[in-house]
Formats: sequence, structure tokens, C-alpha cells
Amino acid sequence: MGSLQLKSIRKAFGPHEVLKGIDLEVQDGEFVIFVGPSGCGKSTLLRVIAGLEDATSGSVRIDGAEVINTPPAKRGIAMVFQSYALYPHLTVKDNMGLGLKQAGTEKAEIDTRVAKASGMLSLDPYLARRPAELSGGQRQRVAIGRAIVREPKLFLFDEPLSNLDAALRVQTRLEIAGLHRRLKATMIYVTHDQVEAMTLADKIVVLNAGAIEQIGSPMELYNKPANVFVAGFIGSPQMNFIPAEKLSQIGAKTIGVRPEHIALSRESGDWKGKVIHVEHLGADTIVYLETEATGLLTVRLFGEHAYTPDDVVFATPDRASLHRFDANDRAIV
Amino acid sequence: MSKARSAPVRAAFIHLALIAYTLVALFPVFLTLVNSFKSRSAIFSQPMALPTPSTFSLIGYQTVLQQGDFVGYFQNSLIVTVASIALVLLFGAMAAFALSEYRFRGNTLMGLYLALGIMIPIRLGTVAILQGMVAAGLVNTLTSLILVYTAQGLPLAIFILSEFMRTVSDDLKSAGRIDGLSEYAIFFRLVLPLVRPAMATVAVFTMIPIWNDLWFPLILAPGESTKTVTLGAQMFIGQFVTNWNAVLSALSLAILPVMVLYVIFSRQLIRGITSGAVK
Repeated sequence: MGSLQLKSIRKAFGPHEVLKGIDLEVQDGEFVIFVGPSGCGKSTLLRVIAGLEDATSGSVRIDGAEVINTPPAKRGIAMVFQSYALYPHLTVKDNMGLGLKQAGTEKAEIDTRVAKASGMLSLDPYLARRPAELSGGQRQRVAIGRAIVREPKLFLFDEPLSNLDAALRVQTRLEIAGLHRRLKATMIYVTHDQVEAMTLADKIVVLNAGAIEQIGSPMELYNKPANVFVAGFIGSPQMNFIPAEKLSQIGAKTIGVRPEHIALSRESGDWKGKVIHVEHLGADTIVYLETEATGLLTVRLFGEHAYTPDDVVFATPDRASLHRFDANDRAIV
Repeated sequence: MSKARSAPVRAAFIHLALIAYTLVALFPVFLTLVNSFKSRSAIFSQPMALPTPSTFSLIGYQTVLQQGDFVGYFQNSLIVTVASIALVLLFGAMAAFALSEYRFRGNTLMGLYLALGIMIPIRLGTVAILQGMVAAGLVNTLTSLILVYTAQGLPLAIFILSEFMRTVSDDLKSAGRIDGLSEYAIFFRLVLPLVRPAMATVAVFTMIPIWNDLWFPLILAPGESTKTVTLGAQMFIGQFVTNWNAVLSALSLAILPVMVLYVIFSRQLIRGITSGAVK
């Protein structure tokens, strides 16, 4: 139904280079998520794929066909925006049907497809309303419906959940996951939220400063980060980075250890330290330590623990889960 | 709301200032209206007094309606004003859309060039404009006035509208492009409805100077068939004798159409002014 190949995509706004040569293959039916800090170029890359932004150089192929000179409407894509971007003067039904109408589809066919999509998203009671009369969650469902109706080769999502409140975000996330299973469509999704990335993606593309840092499944990125940036970006709270010489480790510059891979004890352990701050989250307890050996250390414990600031504790990392990075910040395998 | 801002004394002062301004602004209009209903001697003996049964007179209105073709003048003024507003809004909005939406070489320079007219009064070019109109054979036509007023109104229109169009969501335009709308459809069907308040603001700011203008009608179209209301009212002002009844009546009548247009635009206008102020 829809595959995508990007070859050395570059995009510059004047002298400022936003994308520095992106190569990417997306297989048919994959759910790919672009993730990265703000300003890393992930939204620009999505807009280049959509054809809303011209790449300075490079090639975009959808289903094997070069589309770099094809206008957005003819690329066989559909896009869902952060701000919903519904047409304020059209009803929900017309919002969903406009793309097909412009493409010259027959009215009966439009009606069938709109009815199918609105059934899928339980939008039937709202078809005659205008966007102003809908809540945020309903508006985003209409925007998703507008994409489904077009039956595109590629679904593009540009931070679709950012404007929703926390509860609605989880619910809509589940809906998008369900949609992907049902439609088996190729989806490309941009977010800065690593939870969304980890929960939805088949494949995550981590971008930083206009270049791809690593591509892999969520668990690959978590277990085998290719470099310090990915190691720090994936996982929350952030991985602890300790200069290797402090631990007298040879052949590495930095040692990384995730907060959940450190055990705490009041009696004995590798690193002696003092508790600075404790966060009780119910399911987790996050303890911040200042140790002589490593400096500031974040530890994540499961369940409730009664540590208080100024307690003296010992931290012991799980040897098997240490990450080692060389002088260029690359992971040592 | 903070205590200081809701203090009654403060509110009273604000209202006092606003009321004072309203009185000052409305006083000439009031004077014109009141005196247009009085006899000539009453205008001079008691200019501030309201018309009483003994001083009430419609002589001014009778003169205006009998002498000259005032209905024709009104028609000319309306045609010129409405056509100019329509052209200013259409071309101004299109230029503003191009400036705010498309990145092209010289974009900023073009914006500055188009806004230059705000700072340079068009009347400085009167001689050249007259020569041009003579050469084009447009003297004594309404077309000449419409062309000049369109040129006069465009700079401000482009300036205001391009600021407003920058506030229209990019995502909405992108969504339109993905759904296959042409650039014209995006402009007319998505962007224009959203900047309607700004359009009303521009319409009002454009309309009033055009309706009240005496300069260009006098120079470009002084012929009987193309006279505008303001120019028509001038025929009662002589070098030695001025028919004040007729002048005041003509001016009172001239207020009406502008009022009607203003009421049409005003609801949009208030939204336009406040939304500009808050953003």
C-alpha cells in the first residue's frame, strides 16, 4: 500500500541548514515515529515528505515513484496537524469529504467513505456540526477522519496529541494504535514525547540537529543506544552519565547507567552518597543522590521507599546493564 | 482583576475623558444638523439654539434638492466610494497574501515599497496624475477618481492585511493544499473569511477619506455629470455670499450614506480593532 524512501534529503533556509542529508526506508504498513528535541528538523522532514516544503536537494519516493515535483494533493498522502486545521466554515462531514470532492470523486462514494470513517471514530452524531461546536478531542478525531477518508498510501501525523489534555492524549493514542492495526496503513508520526514514541512505534527515528542519530525499534533504542544523545533522550528519568576515569574504567570516556538499573542499600554498596531529594510517584520512587564517586546520580526504585534527604545510602549499578561510550560519544559494543 | 484597575474613581475618570471626547467629536455634527433645520437669520443670531417653531425652516433642503442634481452627486459619490473600496480590498488582500505567505527574493523590499504610500501623501503627485489622466483621456470620468483612490488606499490596506494574514494558521493552509485546493481557493475560501474583521477595518479607514475628499473631484472630475457630493455642496459657497442653509443641508445629507456603510462594517470593525490590540 505505501512504502517510502528518502535519499540524502537536505533542506536549508538561507544559510541555515535544517536537514543535513536524511536517508530513510519505510516499509509498507510500518508505524514510524520521528522523535527529537524541538528544532531538530523532524517537522520540516515531515513537511518535505508531504510536499508542503521543497527539499533543497535529495529524493523522495512513495511506492517507488519519485514525487519530489508532485504537488501535495497528488502524492497520495494525508496529514493530521497539531492544531487540527479543520475548515471553520464547513461541517464535519464536508471537512472530511473536501479532499475527495476536489479530486472529483463521485458523491455516493464520498458518502460511503465518510460514513465508514465516522463510524470508526464514533463521529456519527456530530456530522452536521461545525468545528467550533466540537471539543478538542472531537476535533482531532475529525482531523484523523479526514485523513482516513482519503485512503492514502501514507498517513502523516504532526504532533497530533500535543494540544490535548493528559487523559484525552492517552485515549487518542490508543485510538491511533488501534487504527494502525485495523487499516494496516503506513504511518509516519512526529512527536517530541518519548512515551508516545515508545508506545506507538514499530520503528523510531531519533533526530538531532538535522541528522539521524539512530533508527531502531523502541527496545533496541532503549537497550542498545548507539550514542550518548540517544541514550540520554530515550528513557525517563534520563540515563546517568559518569566520566569513566572516576570509575577507573579503561577504554571508555563515559559510562551510562539508567536510573532503574541501580540498587540502593543503607548498609553497603559500590558508591557511598547522600540523598538530596526524593520524589514519590506511588508506583516509583525517584531518589537523587550526591555521591563522592560519581557526582549527581538519579535512581529509580519500584514501589514506595522511605528515604529522606540527608540519609546516607550506598548505590550499586547492575553490571550487565552498563553502557560504555568512547571519546566520540559512540557506544562501545 | 486587580484592585487598582476596578477602582471606581479611576473608572469615573476614564468615563469622564471618554464622554468629553465624544462631545467634542460630535459637536460639529450636531451643529451642522441643528442649523440645517433653521432659517438663515436664526443660524446667524443663535447658532447654538435648537430649532423652535418660529425658526424652523426646510429652505436649505428645498434649495439643495431643487438646485443642481444632488441625487446624481450622491450616486457619483457612492459609485466612486464603493468601487474604490472593492478594488482596494481585493488587490490589497491579494498583495498582502503574497507578501505574508510566499518566500521569494525581495519579499521584505516589496513590502516596504508597497507600504511607502502610507508616508508619502498621494496629493504630492497631483500634477503628474492630472497630466496622466489628460493623456489617457480620463478627465471628467468617475474612472479617474476610482483609479486614484484605489492607489491611495492600497498601502494602508496591504500593511494592515499582511499583518493579519500572518496570524492565519499555517496548518490550515497546508491542510487545504493537501486536500487539493488551489492557491486561489485557499485565499478566497480559507484565508479571507478569517481576516474579515481586518477587511472591515480597512474598508472604514479607506471609505471616509474618499467620501469626504474634495481635492481630486475638483481637479480630475469637476464636470456637472461627475460631481461628487462634497464638490456639489461647494457650489453654495461663494466668494462673497454663502448659502449656509444649503451648505449645511447638503452636508447633513452627505453624512447619511457614510453612516449606513459604517453600521454595516462596524460590528466587524470592533472585532478587528480589539483582536489587533490583544495580539
